[in-house]
Formats: sequence, C-alpha cells, structure tokens
Amino acid sequence: MGTKEGDARTVARNGRSSTATTAETPASDGTDKADQRRERINHTPGAGTERAAAIEAGRREMLTDNLRNQIKSLAERGLTRPRIGADAVCEALLRQGVEVFFGYPGGVVLPFYDVLGDYPELRHVLVRHEQGGAHAADGYARATGKVGVCLGTSGPGATNLVTGIGNAQLDSVPIVAITGNVVGSLLGKDAFQEIDITGITLPCTKHNYLVREANDIPRVFAEAFHIARTGRPGPVHVDLTKDALMGVCTAEHPEVVDLPGFKPTFEGHPRQIRLFAQEIAKARRPVIVAGHGVLIADATNELRELAEKAQIPVVHTLLGVSAMDETHPLSFGFVGMHGWKHANKLIQSADLLIALGMRFDDRVTGHVPTFAPYARIVHVDIDPAEIGKNVAVEIPIVGDVKRVLVALLPQVAQVDPESRAAYLAEIAEWRAESEKTPWHGSGAWRDGQLSADFVVCKIGEASNHDATIVADVGQNQMWAARYAGFRRPNSHISSGGLGTMGFGLPAAMGAAIGRPDKETWAIVGDGGLQMTVQELMTLVQDHVPVKIALLDNHKLGMVRQWQELVYAGNYHSSHLLGPDWIKLAEAYGVAGFRASTPEEVGPAIAAARAVDGPALVHFEIAEQQNVFPMMPAGKGLSDLLEEQFEEPKQ
Amino acid sequence: MSPNGQMPADQAANSAAPQAPAHTAPPARTMPGHGEVHRHVLVAIVLNKPGVLNRVASLMRARSFNIETLAVSHTDLPEVSRMTLTLRGDDVAVEQAAKQLYRLIDVLKVQDVTSDPTVEHEIALIKVRADDRNRGEVLTLAEMYKAKVVDLAAESLIVEATGTEAEVDALIGLLRGFGIKELVRSGTVVMSRGAGSIEEAVKR
Repeated sequence: MGTKEGDARTVARNGRSSTATTAETPASDGTDKADQRRERINHTPGAGTERAAAIEAGRREMLTDNLRNQIKSLAERGLTRPRIGADAVCEALLRQGVEVFFGYPGGVVLPFYDVLGDYPELRHVLVRHEQGGAHAADGYARATGKVGVCLGTSGPGATNLVTGIGNAQLDSVPIVAITGNVVGSLLGKDAFQEIDITGITLPCTKHNYLVREANDIPRVFAEAFHIARTGRPGPVHVDLTKDALMGVCTAEHPEVVDLPGFKPTFEGHPRQIRLFAQEIAKARRPVIVAGHGVLIADATNELRELAEKAQIPVVHTLLGVSAMDETHPLSFGFVGMHGWKHANKLIQSADLLIALGMRFDDRVTGHVPTFAPYARIVHVDIDPAEIGKNVAVEIPIVGDVKRVLVALLPQVAQVDPESRAAYLAEIAEWRAESEKTPWHGSGAWRDGQLSADFVVCKIGEASNHDATIVADVGQNQMWAARYAGFRRPNSHISSGGLGTMGFGLPAAMGAAIGRPDKETWAIVGDGGLQMTVQELMTLVQDHVPVKIALLDNHKLGMVRQWQELVYAGNYHSSHLLGPDWIKLAEAYGVAGFRASTPEEVGPAIAAARAVDGPALVHFEIAEQQNVFPMMPAGKGLSDLLEEQFEEPKQ
Repeated sequence: MSPNGQMPADQAANSAAPQAPAHTAPPARTMPGHGEVHRHVLVAIVLNKPGVLNRVASLMRARSFNIETLAVSHTDLPEVSRMTLTLRGDDVAVEQAAKQLYRLIDVLKVQDVTSDPTVEHEIALIKVRADDRNRGEVLTLAEMYKAKVVDLAAESLIVEATGTEAEVDALIGLLRGFGIKELVRSGTVVMSRGAGSIEEAVKR
C-alpha cells in the first residue's frame, strides 16, 4: 500500500512520496525475514483498496506538504508556478473587489498563506482571535456596504468564527467566511483539527459550501459573493479542503452566476404599491418605522422624500438608526424596549404603520396583541418569509425598499404640513417631555457620579456627528443609540439580532479600515471589552485609529439592571473586576486617558481624538445607573418603566 | 385578515388626544400561528445535491415545525429531487414553513397541495401474526383493502398496503387485533391530478 497514488490532486506528481514509501519497504521486509513466525498485521481499514491508499496519502500530505515542496522546487528551477486552488481564491477575492480581509492562519490554510504574498493588492489583517475577524468583516460590511471577508483555519479556527457568522446572519450583513478543512480523503476520520464546520454553520448562514475540488473554487466564490450581497444580505461560509487549496486549478472564473433556486423579488407588486398609496392618503396618524433594510437598500433619500411629501413622522428600529438624520424635524429616534418614549407612543397611537425593511423583532413589538392597536400595517421587506412571521399585516409588499419607494412616490399626494399640524405638534410635545426625563445634562447621575448618557452625547458632539459609532451590547449600546446623535447613514453600527457582547471593538476595527475617511468610535462596556480586548494589539499592528470609549461601571450593566428591576435585586454574577485599563492600554501600545467627572469628559475625548492612532478613554461611570425607559419583558410599548428617583437597594 | 379596529371617522380627523380617543378597548392584534391546526401536505422540488435533505430537516427543526412524514426521491431530471412533507399546523404556520424553505438556495419550488386535487399514496408493509386458525380472516381483510400478501410463513404473513394515510391507518387498526409484529410505512407521496406539473417550473 501507499505506493499507488490514489488521488492525483492530493498527491505529489513526482516520485517524492513514493520514494519515501519505498524507502520503508526494504526495512520492513528485512524485519519480516528475521522473524518469519510473526505475522504482519496491517491496521489500515480496507487495506489495499484505492480508498485506503487515498486516506494514507492524505495523512502524509497533512504532515509533509509534499505538493508545496514540489511547487517551490519548480519555482526554484525557474519554472512558472502552477495555478492552484489557493491562487483561485485570491483571484476570486480580487475579482469581487475585496481589498482587505481579516484572517488567522493555521495548518490547513497554510497553502493559501503560501501564495497570498503573490497578491500584494489583497491586504490581510492578522486578527488576534477568529471571532474578532468575523466581527471586523461584519463592521467593514456595514460601514462600506461591501461584502466583508474573514478567514480561519479548520477546527477551532472555524468554530471561533461561528459567533461572528451568527451575528451577521441575524443582522443580515453580507460577509463571506472562509475556512480550511483537512484533506478531503480524511473528512469524517476525526483528523487533527477536523470538525464538521459546514454542519455547524448550516443553520446560521444564508448558504454554505464544502469545496473538495480546486476546480470548483471559481464557481463557488462567484456564487458565494452573489448570494451574500443579493436580496436580503447574509453570511455565506465556504469551507475548503486542504487539497482543494493545493490542487491544480484550471477552471475559469464564471462571468455570470446561475442559481435557479435563488431569485429574490426586487420590484414590489404594482397592485400592492397602489394600495400602499391609498393607505397613506386615508391615514390621519401615519408613522414610518425605518429598519435596517432602508440602509441596506440605500433608500435613505427615498425615505426622506416620502416623509416630507406625505408629512409622515419617522421612527427607527435599533438597526435602522441613522437611516434619517436625527435633526430632521420628521425624524423621531428609535423605538422598542429602550427606545424613546415618544417614538413608542407614536406607534401605539398611529392609524397607519409603514414598516420599511424591518422584521417586527420582539424587542420592537413587545407583547404583540397590544402592539400598534389602532394601526393598519403596510410591511415592505425583501424577504417573503418576514411577512406575517411575527405580526399579521394588512398590506404586505415583497420587494427592495428603495425600488418600492421609487415606484410609490409618484402615487403619493403632496400633503400640506398645515393639515398635519395638530398631529405633529402633539408628537413634538411628547418628544420634548420624553427627551427631558432620563437625560442627565449636568453630566452627573447621582452624587456627582459620571452619567453615561452625557459621555456618549459629548462623543457625538466632539466628532461633529460624522463619526462611525460602533456599539457593543448592553447598556452602552442603548446609550449610544439614544444619545450620540446620528446624521449620516450607516454611521451607527450595533449588534441587534444576536446581541453579541465583544462585538464593539473588532467591528469598529473593520469599520475604521473600511472608512478611513471617517472617525470611528467604539462605545463599549467593561464586560464586552474584556471579551475581545486582544484586538487592541491588531489596532496597533495595523495602525487602525479606532477611539475606544470604555463606559466602565464595574458591572455587567444590563444584567444588573434586570436583576434590579426584574429579579428583586438579586445581583448574582453581575459585578466584575476589570484590569487597570490605562496600564493595559499602554501595555498594548494604545494611548490611554481617564475621565471620572463631568469636567474631565471633554478634555479626555479631545485628547483621544488628537492621537494619531488608536486610543482608549476610560470613563468611570456611575455603577448603578440604568437605561430608561424600559419595556419589561412580556409587556407592550405602552407599559414603559421610567426612572425612579429613589435610591436603589444595592 | 384585518385583526384591528377601523378608526371611526370622527377620531380620524387630526385628533390631538394621546391615544386615539373615544375608542373602547382596542381589539388585540392577532399573532400568526394561532389558528386551527390541520394536516398539510407540501411538495418541495429541490436540487439533487449532497446535504439538501439535511438543510430541509435542519430548518424545520430550528423553526419548530413538526414533520410527520418525509419522502425523498429522484425525479426524471437527474439534477432535481422531490420531497413530500406532511406536517401539522395552522395555515399561517405552514405558509411560514413554506416561505422559510424557499429561503434555502437549493430549494426550487414549494407548494402546499393540501387543498388541491391530488393522488396521495403511501405504502406500508405490515407483518401480522397469523396461523392456520385466523389466516383466512387476515387475508379477507387484506383483500377488502386491496392489499397484497407478499410473504407467508407458518405463524405470520406480510401485508403490503397502499393508499392514503387514512386508508392505511384503517387497515392497520383492523390488523392490530391479530398482533402486529413489525410495521414500516414509506410516508406519503403525492401528485396533482390533471395535466399540470409542479416540476414544470424547473424544467428550463
């Protein structure tokens, strides 16, 4: 066994591997002759078959990289290197317009890293953990509207990507996640660092591929990018066996992608759009809820035109924040569990709810039977499965938000602002009231302790509301969405669906790399930062000028808030220690600043902005401050809890 | 479909009250999936690729749809397979299941054929205890259900029954008294009556 080349793609084409095998053979023969009575036992399952030979060849390949050696030797001889699967991957990335991707090398993807240097146009950012790579690709995609790419090796490299892939799935973010896997003949043998990663990512991707042939790489990558960015975007995972990466690839990159089972509907049905226009004409208290789909479809101008033409107030979902300039008189902040009270009241009193590119998440609707009780609902979404999934709607429209609005706008009559004066005045009154109550304008929460809302607001102001603000998850995320003040589309990035702590720093890294023309702030808590803090080193190594606002309350703040308000003050495991953050930042080579009083906030922000490179500001905020208002779980948008002015029990 | 109240005309005029006034308790907004539960038959035309069955099964599990039967086979097109699924749920839930199936890239077409005119069949093999004393009775029952005896032994026989799920259920119920030693059912397969073809859409 072993001398027969079972798989021409995986096994060296010169005599090297067979030489190695034949070198063993005489020795074994000698032993056999010395002890004739001992019978040799071959432990190979199915010994002597082609399949067994292929498996053995695969094992050798894992250890010796014969093919790679041979390629080098060919190059050494001045011959052109054959085009292998890894080359096809690089070409495909370049063809898809990828300029930068986030990766971490390891055993089976080394053939890829071996050729990567031949493609200097592809910038590789070496992250410190694959999860950071996936979040960075996610942040890059959201900030640029392009497909983000991340890469990890087989086994743990691949499983580490899963959280980031799931995050992209729930927030409809186009990323392509590439993993390596063991040589094809070893799949299913529990080889070193082998895991059924396509089985793992199957339910948390838009689609996934296992590629075992180098010649499939061009087609699969063309399809993967097409699927990731087309229709409702989402993550696509491509798993490449080591022999697919190393095998000679002769296939050309396809110019067109043919996927008979993937034909998203872009144009809304004309009859439904007519009904949409009629609903607007009839409505007296209409409201638009703008979701992430408005930003994905690049429909922010059309949204504003519709709002202005028909004089309809606009509220946002958490991921829809920044779809409309918050200083616009018809823009009223975001709704939901920790959204603005006036925005929630708007929904609860509306007679027409226009849901654009949103999916009626439970954090938006609360208790569905009491959600928008007076409203007929028009729901525009590109994914038919979102229609009627959580909430029954009257006018469903499947289509791209932008194209639907473009078709709708000519059918909408210009509404005289005067005719909505009473309605808009009423909302303005609610707004003035709700903006006053939980806001701590002095910068102090209680006893002079630094208030988080004030910090976030000052960051927004200092960056002239043009920075990309990337939130982590928890209280910091809600404060960021409420108080930073968003004017530019896609300037707000947040992990909405999966709610992934640790998202903020790596996603900000991706966003900053994608939009070097914009200032980037990560607003993170001390819990979330401790989950992915290692990416500080990547910021330094790759000169990524992310400014980190650490809102440190020595707590898992949102957990503590729930424990206070829902679990009768049983504060189990929500207090956590953190390092000396300034020392930590300095140890990484990141400039660190501290602010623990309202007076120190402005100078600390200014100092961080003045740094040419990454910087961290350690804001020591009040430990027991909660985010208000809050919709208790199982309740509706009309049952908001408001800040109580009494000392908490803790 | 409209679960919610119509706004009376008097309130519709730019009311300044915080919550549309003069309205007694608003009707609750209905949630999908709370209707009457029925058995539904779905046909899915899918690409004949490795892992497609896994994708379908994984999706149904992840979204909490209960598959009762699932039959998969090739079609006349080598690149296309056909699945017949039966599941229980209300109309909205099953429609949601079909829409979720459509999201799979390898799924070409999904159709709920529950209320269409169809030919619906499954096959069952039933090993029944039967000896000289009661073999005649078993054979009579089998004959009445147009079932065939495909294996005969001294103490048992195998009945091969085809028919709708209900017909097969009925025969099994009657045979149970004799003692069923082994039972296997293929799951329902279905085809619409008339000249129309579900597969037509994928024949390009």
